[in-house]
Amino acid sequence: MERLAVVGNGMAGTACVEQILKHSSRFDITIFGEETHVNYNRILLSAVLAGEKSEDEIVLNSLDWYQQNNICLRLAVRIVDVDTKAKTITGDDGSVTPFDKLLLATGSSPLIPPIQGVDKQGVYVFRNLGDTRALLDRAHEGARAIVIGGGLLGLEAARGLQVQGCDVTVVHLMDTLMERQLDSVGGGYLKAKMECLGVKVLLSHNTAAILGEGKAEGVRFQDGTELPGDFVVIAAGIRPNVALAKKAGLHVNRGIVVNDQMVTSHPDIFAVGECVEHNGICYGLVAPLIEQGKILAATITGNTGQSYQGTVPAAKLKIMGVDVFSAGDFNEKTPGNDVVRFEDPALGIYKKLTLRDNRLVGVILVGETTDSHRYMDWLQNKTDLREHRRQLLFPEPVADPGFDVAQLPGSHVVCGCHGVSKDTIVQTIRDRGLTMLSQLKECTRASTGCGSCTSLCHNLLRAVVPQFQEEEKKALCKCVPHSEQQLREIVRSQRLRSVQQILDVYGNGVGCEVCKPALSYMLDVVWCGGHDEDRSARFINDRVHANIQRDGTFSVVPRIRGGVTSPQELRRIAEVAEKYSVRMVKITGSQRIDLLGVQKCDLPLIWADLGMPSGQAYSKGVRMVKTCVGTDFCRFGVQDSIATGVELERRFENLFTPHKLKMGVVGCPRNCAEATVKDIGLVGQEGSWQVVVGGAAGKNVRKADLLITVESTEAALQAAALFFQFYRENANYLERTYDFVERLGIERVRRETIYAPLAVQQGLRDRLRKSKWISRDAWLEGDEPRHPTQFVQIQPLENQP
Amino acid sequence: MSATEKRWFRVTHCENIPVREGRKVELASRQIAIFNLGDRFLAVENLCPHRGGPLADGIVSGTTIACPLHARKFDLIQGNSMNHPESSQCLVIFPVRVEDGIISVEIPVDTPAEEPSPGVREHRDRPLRWVQRKPLSPYNADERRIDSPNSSTSGTPL
Repeated sequence: MERLAVVGNGMAGTACVEQILKHSSRFDITIFGEETHVNYNRILLSAVLAGEKSEDEIVLNSLDWYQQNNICLRLAVRIVDVDTKAKTITGDDGSVTPFDKLLLATGSSPLIPPIQGVDKQGVYVFRNLGDTRALLDRAHEGARAIVIGGGLLGLEAARGLQVQGCDVTVVHLMDTLMERQLDSVGGGYLKAKMECLGVKVLLSHNTAAILGEGKAEGVRFQDGTELPGDFVVIAAGIRPNVALAKKAGLHVNRGIVVNDQMVTSHPDIFAVGECVEHNGICYGLVAPLIEQGKILAATITGNTGQSYQGTVPAAKLKIMGVDVFSAGDFNEKTPGNDVVRFEDPALGIYKKLTLRDNRLVGVILVGETTDSHRYMDWLQNKTDLREHRRQLLFPEPVADPGFDVAQLPGSHVVCGCHGVSKDTIVQTIRDRGLTMLSQLKECTRASTGCGSCTSLCHNLLRAVVPQFQEEEKKALCKCVPHSEQQLREIVRSQRLRSVQQILDVYGNGVGCEVCKPALSYMLDVVWCGGHDEDRSARFINDRVHANIQRDGTFSVVPRIRGGVTSPQELRRIAEVAEKYSVRMVKITGSQRIDLLGVQKCDLPLIWADLGMPSGQAYSKGVRMVKTCVGTDFCRFGVQDSIATGVELERRFENLFTPHKLKMGVVGCPRNCAEATVKDIGLVGQEGSWQVVVGGAAGKNVRKADLLITVESTEAALQAAALFFQFYRENANYLERTYDFVERLGIERVRRETIYAPLAVQQGLRDRLRKSKWISRDAWLEGDEPRHPTQFVQIQPLENQP
Repeated sequence: MSATEKRWFRVTHCENIPVREGRKVELASRQIAIFNLGDRFLAVENLCPHRGGPLADGIVSGTTIACPLHARKFDLIQGNSMNHPESSQCLVIFPVRVEDGIISVEIPVDTPAEEPSPGVREHRDRPLRWVQRKPLSPYNADERRIDSPNSSTSGTPL
């Protein structure tokens, strides 16, 4: 067996070894890795920093893989010397390893610009898992981070840190963000998107020094101005690691020089990845590494003939909601380049194609990158586009969703991260009978990298597998084209706290009366009330805490818990009704009293005179608990429905819900307060309570499903609380419990609430407690309005002609 | 010889109208809704042509207002209906200007002697066309009854 030593356990080296194993098993392979971690997907480090993925999720090759393939893995060993005559390598642990063939995949290191004081404490780079861990340790709510470098890596680091709660400023030397991938217009769109997310951007700023005594306290720019900060991240580019190759006497320029077969100047030493220079170009992106690995694997196993012809550089920014794709030569000034462009500032979309001789040579996409695979295909195949000239930016919509993917050539690389071609995917789907995306991911790894090819894989599945069932994902609204489930995840993972922020980054920037209240609710529930409340995104009822009537007046319903009032309260209500000439006083169907026909400006006065809290009769929120008289007076009552009902109302009142939520508590199965047709009902029986959910007696009539029967009143209240919070977190906006319970099925509701693992139950309770703690009686705003003219009618400075 | 003249009214400080919200104000016996769009202010009659809803209480999205009563949507610049394109019902629009942080609105004022003439009015000296099908009574809840289904399309005061 020939001995193959691989220096570098990164993506390039390991991917190459995977390819070699496909060709031949005649090698005795040893891989040396400087890091202590098995091979992971480096391009997903920003996702780890942003909390979207865990360390385990980005592992590409587990220890099992090395074992199964009889690979000797030596971690935490840095190779310090190569003896090309004796054909041995020496590690920093003193070990000497002989080889027949040597593969250098030493990768690259962060480029540190000449800045004074970069050795200070609190100056970080962002290159490997160790760096990511260090940044995660350093980042905390409110810490001021300065990221030097506005390229791909710098921006991803900035966003990740910001998601961790830091106040982040990106400092960029050039006047355009990602200037190697974008023109100035595209860079402008990107800057606007980053700023929408809350990342500050300083362009044309040359950092001269890191400030601080031994510990970074900010930076000083060339022009003398300073920016304070708690820590600094340098992400100013990379340089190939060539020291070892130099020591070995190999031909080295900027990178290790290789020929088209990936052979260095020594016939038994090969190189691949970011440390390589091919045809004068060093690549810092993943797709070229995969291609190089394939060629090298062929060469090293004796299948010569294939040659590497360079790769069209393509880059995709991996920040959720900030879609940027760039490939090829986008320079308008290159002689012979034609430019086709489209931009929509309101939607933040910018597209630019450069063509030469009717062939695509470059593309920039900002804000909308779904067509990137089509353009990549044109670029790589140098397709003659004469016939497509009218549809370059706007392809004619295809009736059959499979058509688009059917047009792709079989050799087209769908997943650039793992080098998976369309043929491979189609073959795997057919051979293994796959029907789901998760299976496809498992079998081929396609779309497990940066995820940009997910929709393409999806379409391939749909085209190949007739029985492929798409998971139904209804978009909330055309203003924000994501399902509510997706949006909740986005809000949580991207730490979005205001409606406008969601609309700016993930929507059309404008919104409408349908999505804005839904997003307001979503923020409230995700952040347990700790969001940035924007009243302009709320319906008028939730701005003035009263129910608007057909004539523009409002109705006032004070909270009367459990429907139990007192002579004093009734007297105050009567006095208020007379004092403000209330047009109608009405007993509602919910055992409450409604004062109808009140002017907006009178609302705070009425609330003050009533001295009662808001009944929330205007809101998509907790309405009331209807009760029967129970054991206090009723001859048949077996449970204390009134005390229980009042307590239930106290525990949930003032909270928002996806739709209005009505409850009932009855002291015996005669059900006088109709608890079995309420969203949540407690039905007392001898020695126990039935907790029922999903009932309705409105447009729909539905008998509630039994959630659980419990002995104690406290257990009944706890079960109700679990369902209540579960509904709040998982129902779509304007979905009543009767639709929600029917959609999920009562079995699943039980599984995810009362029978859920204790940690899950505890989570539901904790979040409910947090929301409840922040919530307050909305009518307190009568005394402390959020805005001076919230209730007051504006008196004009001049009125009469 | 027109019975009306147009007059600018100084109304209020900009900060009295929060961003993306509206407020109503009474000017020359008319109910006016003024909206803060973030980059500018716009004014319309505070009366949805559909069923008389108070537009100032609606949700503003871009340059669109959605009436709080039945979600009829109108463009605040042109006044046209957005979600019922078949409808010819238009908002009455008034010019707005901001000087020294004070919002002013230009309102046609009836000269005391004469009654306003009903019907369609064209104002050629202004790029915005405002069409009033019939003079609507000032927004007043007590006078209004919405019993007849025809009342919304007939153009008679609701």
